[in-house]
Amino acid sequence: MYLIKKKRVLHDSIFLMDIVAPRVAKYCQPGQFVIVRIDEMGERVPLTVCDYNREEGTVTIVVQTIGASTLRMKELNEGEYLHDFVGPLGQPSELITDDIEEVKKKKILFVAGGLGTAPVYPQVKWLHEHGIDADVIVGAKNKDLVILEEEMKAVAGNLYITTDDGSYVRKGLVTEVIADLVEKEGKKYDLCVSIGPMIMMKFCTLTTKKYNIPTIVSMNPIMVDGTGMCGACRLTVGDEVKFACIDGPEFDGFKVNFDEAMERMKLYRTEEGRAMLKLKEGDTHHGGCGHCDGGDK
Amino acid sequence: MAAPGFERVPISEQEASVRAKNFDEVCLGYTEEEAVLEASRCLNCKNPRCVQGCPVNIDIPGFIMALKEQNFKGAYDKISESSALPAVCGRVCPQETQCEALCIRGVKGDAVSIGKLERYTADRAREEGIKPHTDCAPNGHKIAVIGSGPAGLTCAGDLARLGYDVTIFEALHEAGGVLTYGIPEFRLPKDTVVAAEIENVKALGVKIETNVVIGKSVTIDELMEDEGFEAVFIGSGAGLPMFMKIPGENAKGVFSANEYLTRNNLMKAFREDSDTPIFRPAKVAVVGGGNVAMDAARTALRLGAEVTIVYRRSEAELPARVEEVHHAKEEGIKFELLTNPVEILEDDDHNVRAMKCIRMELGEPDASGRRRPVPVEGSEFELETNAVIMALGTSPNPLIASTTEGLDTNKWKCIVASEENGQTSKEGVFAGGDAVTGAATVILAMGAGKAAAKGIDEYIKSKN
Ligand SMILES: Cc1cc2nc3c(=O)[nH]c(=O)nc-3n(C[C@H](O)[C@H](O)[C@H](O)COP(=O)(O)OP(=O)(O)OC[C@H]3O[C@@H](n4cnc5c(N)ncnc54)[C@H](O)[C@@H]3O)c2cc1C
Ligand SMILES: Cc1cc2nc3c(=O)[nH]c(=O)nc-3n(C[C@H](O)[C@H](O)[C@H](O)COP(=O)(O)OP(=O)(O)OC[C@H]3O[C@@H](n4cnc5c(N)ncnc54)[C@H](O)[C@@H]3O)c2cc1C
Ligand code: SF4
Ligand code: SF4
Ligand code: FES
Repeated sequence: MYLIKKKRVLHDSIFLMDIVAPRVAKYCQPGQFVIVRIDEMGERVPLTVCDYNREEGTVTIVVQTIGASTLRMKELNEGEYLHDFVGPLGQPSELITDDIEEVKKKKILFVAGGLGTAPVYPQVKWLHEHGIDADVIVGAKNKDLVILEEEMKAVAGNLYITTDDGSYVRKGLVTEVIADLVEKEGKKYDLCVSIGPMIMMKFCTLTTKKYNIPTIVSMNPIMVDGTGMCGACRLTVGDEVKFACIDGPEFDGFKVNFDEAMERMKLYRTEEGRAMLKLKEGDTHHGGCGHCDGGDK
Repeated sequence: MAAPGFERVPISEQEASVRAKNFDEVCLGYTEEEAVLEASRCLNCKNPRCVQGCPVNIDIPGFIMALKEQNFKGAYDKISESSALPAVCGRVCPQETQCEALCIRGVKGDAVSIGKLERYTADRAREEGIKPHTDCAPNGHKIAVIGSGPAGLTCAGDLARLGYDVTIFEALHEAGGVLTYGIPEFRLPKDTVVAAEIENVKALGVKIETNVVIGKSVTIDELMEDEGFEAVFIGSGAGLPMFMKIPGENAKGVFSANEYLTRNNLMKAFREDSDTPIFRPAKVAVVGGGNVAMDAARTALRLGAEVTIVYRRSEAELPARVEEVHHAKEEGIKFELLTNPVEILEDDDHNVRAMKCIRMELGEPDASGRRRPVPVEGSEFELETNAVIMALGTSPNPLIASTTEGLDTNKWKCIVASEENGQTSKEGVFAGGDAVTGAATVILAMGAGKAAAKGIDEYIKSKN
């Protein structure tokens, strides 16, 4: 059992939790993920490591309510427990494992869509702590769905926020911001890291390709075990089949077959709907999750 | 009931048409009377050949004689001396090629039903609350065991009996390995049988820490250097699924048997109250011919599908246990033998629509001694289906080998370890089970766990 040490509601469909999990906290790195199960009948839910405190043995997760398990997770409070919490899984971000002197030479742009802000944060923070200030674009559906703004501001070089409906800072898609930065402001980037709904990452790579900016994306396909045992998470990258949980979750965005990956995500959509109806009716879906065609398109 | 003779006492099973719709156990087991009668068929051989066929050397005549005398505790104690998982082995061991293959009774008539009697003894002990002995004095030496499948559980149990302080580290949220995530409920009930036998191993003093992926959460070197473990046993199995690398394999509705079975068994997707979904189409094709293929097919059938098994060789070569093939057929599963998939066809929404197959014929024997299947030119046809489950075999996960300094593997990614004592290329590190042999059987994994426990004991004694 894993103690929920802290809980913070960021939006009615998004919450943050600090979980006591010393083994995970000891070795986890930005880019990696954990798998959580709330109780005996809960699903194994993969969630990105959003922060960690090695001294206190805690790991921070940020969760968006999608279906039965994440909705039930939202009902849990500080002092209560998660049944299972395993990790760190997947490969750390290449920025962290590459030679730091090489990374320092690069001008890096992060593009976060919706909840993608949460997994982008630890990478930007890590770079900041190593003397590298990266530019960050955050896109959300509306003002309410802009999360972790203060935290991000503290560690980013320049922070550019945009909303689909124009309810905050500016109106428009993240891809328009990339185009503006490169074309109007004459910015040059050597690397882009894009994390968010698959549809956003797809369009993001189409844009960065135009400007020849190599782009890393973080894939979040359906998973079961997260250790390479089931193949549910397989993706086509270049002409190879990769397992996102062991080879990724980060891949070269120019090589990922997004259309296939998005199709595969839809497999349990009807089942998913059923599980959710069992629990609660009403609109809990706010886009930005990669499960729908809406969101930050 | 007739006097014991050349034929074994028949065992009752759920009716095929009934069991095809539920996940309850197929085989109902012997009654006391039946078990005692079957036990009386054993000749209590002076030189019991059956024991040589058991990889953990259970004193077979010993336990059967106790059973014959209705001394159930005595029978259980005899088995427990050698095996920590008798209720499991009695159900899933390939007895017909192990102990029973060598039984003298089998020369003329049926071999004694050793497996079924073992099962009866273990079930009876569980129902009566009889536990294995736990009279070991702690010796203070810490040993880590990786993986809680049959190899790990056996190694841990044997070491605990010798007084070692043993911790099992398991990647999944539940212990048991394939017994928990792979083999379905209708062959091996989870709560009653598997969980109970794992509890027995814990009762010997073994600790099980779940949710720890060795190589990710912590490495073997860290366990030995930072956490004070003096030796490590690797029983991490062969969990990596294979695919065919044919076109269409990433369509919606193509699964590895591991994924499909894990959703159903570990995550309990067949139950209403589980959050985990499972795909339930009208038609399912399963590719492969082993136990895994039979289990996937029979699971799909119980989830309401019309199921076809597609296997590239002929019936004689089916690697699954005869009993499983027989059960599958009885339940109405169709077999397309001498048939191989060449492509998976999708509809406009990328759902599986059909599988293009080619007929095969048997040619010259290959390296395995079996006749090699070769495609019959121009014999392609479409098999209509909404899902394809690939049950082609598995290989060891390279995670542990790639994160442990100095641990050798062979070209199949299997860890190299001595058959006699489990010793690997790295000092203090032992291995056994599917991680070493590639996918094999429960009882061979247990045999390897046992050998390694002995190896570890000798290693620790030699150092102190
Ligand atoms: C590497 C990785 C990192 C992730 N990081 C985060 C994060 O930091 N925060 C966050 O809120 N979400 C994250 N997700 C997505 C999150 O795991 C899903 O939203 C969650 O599994 C939905 O579960 P549910 O039970 O609430 O929904 P359900 O009602 O169960 O609906 C989801 C169903 O569809 C399937 N499914 C669909 N999409 C996914 C998916 N992406 N992963 C697993 N199963 C899926 C599942 O089998 C499930 O049954 C991540 C996913 C991956 C793979
Ligand atoms: C569907 C199916 C049906 C079968 N039917 C039969 C049958 O009828 N009869 C028979 O005799 N055999 C059968 N087998 C084969 C048999 O189950 C295996 O040979 C046996 O379980 C191998 O035991 P093991 O202990 O070596 O590995 P496993 O049972 O595979 O256990 C390995 C354990 O290690 C864990 N692990 C892996 N990596 C790590 C890590 N890095 N850190 C921590 N833990 C880790 C895994 O999660 C797993 O729990 C079947 C197999 C399958 C898949
Ligand atoms: S464990 Fe298997 S091989 Fe040994 S006696 Fe029992 S059924 Fe036979
Ligand atoms: S070989 Fe057969 S008859 Fe002889 S002891 Fe073993 S089980 Fe009994
Ligand atoms: S989640 Fe099972 S192999 Fe990746």
